[in-house]
Amino acid sequence: MSTRQTRTAGRLLVAPSVVLLFVWMIVPLVMTLYFSTLRYSLLDPGSEVYVGLENYRYFLTDPAFFASLVNTLVLVGSVLAISIVGGIFFALLLDQPVWGLPIIRLMVIAPFFVMPTVSALIWKNLFMHPVSGLFAWIARSFGFTPVDWFAEMPLFAIIVIVAWQWLPFATLILLTALQSLDGEQKEAAEMDGAGPVSTFIWIVLPHLARPITVVILIETIFLLTVFAEILVTTGGGPGLQTTNIAFLVYAQALLQYDVGGASAGGIVAVVLANIVAFFLVRLIGKNLEA
Amino acid sequence: MGKIQLQGVRKVFGQVTVIPGVDLTVDDGSFVVFVGPSGCGKSTLLRLIAGLEDVSGGHIFIDGRDVAGLPAAQRGLSMVFQSYALYPHMTVRGNIGFGLKMAGTPKAEIARKVEAAAATLNLTPYLERKPGQLSGGQRQRVAIGRAIVREPKAFLFDEPLSNLDAALRVQMRLEISRLQKDLGTTAIYVTHDQVEAMTMADRIVVLNQGNVEQVGSPIELYERPNSLFVAGFIGSPQMNFLKGAYAAAHGAPTIGVRPEHMRAARGGEGWKGVVAVAEHLGSDTFLHVDLAEGGIVTARVIGELGLSAGDAVVLSPDPARIYRFDADGKAVAK
Repeated sequence: MSTRQTRTAGRLLVAPSVVLLFVWMIVPLVMTLYFSTLRYSLLDPGSEVYVGLENYRYFLTDPAFFASLVNTLVLVGSVLAISIVGGIFFALLLDQPVWGLPIIRLMVIAPFFVMPTVSALIWKNLFMHPVSGLFAWIARSFGFTPVDWFAEMPLFAIIVIVAWQWLPFATLILLTALQSLDGEQKEAAEMDGAGPVSTFIWIVLPHLARPITVVILIETIFLLTVFAEILVTTGGGPGLQTTNIAFLVYAQALLQYDVGGASAGGIVAVVLANIVAFFLVRLIGKNLEA
Repeated sequence: MGKIQLQGVRKVFGQVTVIPGVDLTVDDGSFVVFVGPSGCGKSTLLRLIAGLEDVSGGHIFIDGRDVAGLPAAQRGLSMVFQSYALYPHMTVRGNIGFGLKMAGTPKAEIARKVEAAAATLNLTPYLERKPGQLSGGQRQRVAIGRAIVREPKAFLFDEPLSNLDAALRVQMRLEISRLQKDLGTTAIYVTHDQVEAMTMADRIVVLNQGNVEQVGSPIELYERPNSLFVAGFIGSPQMNFLKGAYAAAHGAPTIGVRPEHMRAARGGEGWKGVVAVAEHLGSDTFLHVDLAEGGIVTARVIGELGLSAGDAVVLSPDPARIYRFDADGKAVAK
C-alpha cells in the first residue's frame, strides 16, 4: 500500500463494506432514538405522538430503574470476580502436565458452547430445583432443608449460572497466556530463590495482566446484557430482585407494550455501557499499551 | 568458595539415557567450559548442577556438601540463560535485585548491591528501564548482573552469547572472562562454539553423547587430543583426517593433521594434489586440496602463495605433528 494508486484502489475496495457496516449500525440507533421521543404503545398503534424527553424522565424516575442498575452492576462485578479468580485457578491446574489434557481442556471449555437458555434450564430444573434438584437431594441426604434458590437468593443463583458459563472463557484465555510464559523465566525465578507462591505473584500474575484485561473487557460487554438466563429462570423476580437493565427494557416493551419507554431505556443502557467502558478503559486500558 | 564435584552423575529421560555417568571436579575459582556438539548433554549436565533437573543417580558436591537432593535455590549457584530470561515487567533494578528480595535482604542493602553490580557492568544509566527498552548486549549484561549480585558459589552460563552478533560476542566474551577473574568465582560455561571454549576456559570438558571425552586446558586438548572426536572438535579449521595409503605410511588406520601444520609448495616431496578452492583472507590462505590418492584436506598457508583453483600443489605435513588414531578412534602414542 505504498503508491497513491494502490491506496486509492484500497479505499475504493474497502468502501462498500465500511458503508454497509456503518448503515447497519446507524439505522437501528437512529430509529431507537426516534422511537424514544414518541408516545408509542403497542396496544394503541397508529396514535404515536411526539413527547420530547418525557419517556426518559419516566424511565429514569421509575424506582425499578435504580434497582435494576444495582442488580446489573452486582451481576457484572460478581461474575467477573468469580471467572477471573476461578479462571486463574483452573488455568494453573490445566497448565500442569496431566494425562489426557486435550480431552480435559475440551470438557472445560464445553459450558461456553451451551446456549444460555439451555444452561439456565439445566441449572433451574436439574440442579437448583427445590424438590427434584441435585442440590436439594444433597441437602436432604445430610438432613438439611433444601434451599429454594430462585426464591431465597435469586440474584446469587443467576450469578452462579452466568459465572458457570463464563468461567471456561476466562480459563481458556488465561491458559493460553500461561502457556506462552517463557519456561526459562520460571527457572530463573527458581534460581533466584522464589518459591511457587512468589513465582506466581512476581512472575505469573504480571504476565497475566494483559489477558486478564482482555477477559474483563470482553466479559463486561456481554455481562451488561445478560438476558436469557433471567427470562428462563426468574423472569426478573421475585419483585425486581433479578431485573437488570436489559430485562427492564424488555419488560417495558413487551410486557407493558411501551415501545417509546423501552427505546428510552435502551438509549439509557447504551449510555451506561459507554460510561462503564470509559472507566474500564481508563482503569485498566493502560495494560493494553505497548 | 565454590568447588564442585560430580560423582557418577546420571540422567535418564524415559527410555533415553542422556548422561550415562559423569565424574568431574571443578576447582574453586576456575573457569570450566563444557563443549560439545548439539545434543551431547552439556546443557543437561549444567541443569543437573543447577538443580533445574533431578539427577537419576550419582552425587553432586558443592564445597563437599551433597546437594543432589536440594532445590535449586538452596545450592547457592546462579545462572545466566541463553534467552537471558529477564523479567519483562520489572525494571533493570527490579531484575537484578529480585534474588535478594526473595532472600529477604533489607531494602537499603539491595539498593546498594544492585547499584554496585550495575556500576561493574556499566548499567547505571539503565537501572530504571525495562528489558524491552534495552539492546541485546545490555540485556545480556542485566542477566549477568542478576547472577553476580547474589554473590554465588559459582556462575552457570548456558550458551549466553549465542543470541548476540559476532562483534558483540567477542566483546562480551572478554567482559565475562575479565569479570570472572576479578571476582574469582567458579564458573561453568556451556557452549557449542569451540572458539569460545578455547579463549575463555581454564579447563575444557569435551562431551560426546553424555560422556566426558577429555578434560584439560585448551592447549592440552589442542596438542594432545586423546580421540578422533576431540581432535576434530578442537581447532579451527577442523583437523584433517586421512585414511588409506597416507595413514598406512604412518602405521595407523587413521591419521590427523591440522591445517596449520602443513606446508604447501608448488613442487617437491609430499602429498600431491590439486587446489579445489583457495580462500584468501589476506593474513592467511586456506587451500582446500583434492589429494591424488583420494580425500580433501585443508591447509593453512601464511600469507599469499599465488596458488588458485586448479593449480597443482604439494603438501608436506610436519612429521612431529601427525596424530595417529586406532580403529576405535583413540589416539595412539607417538
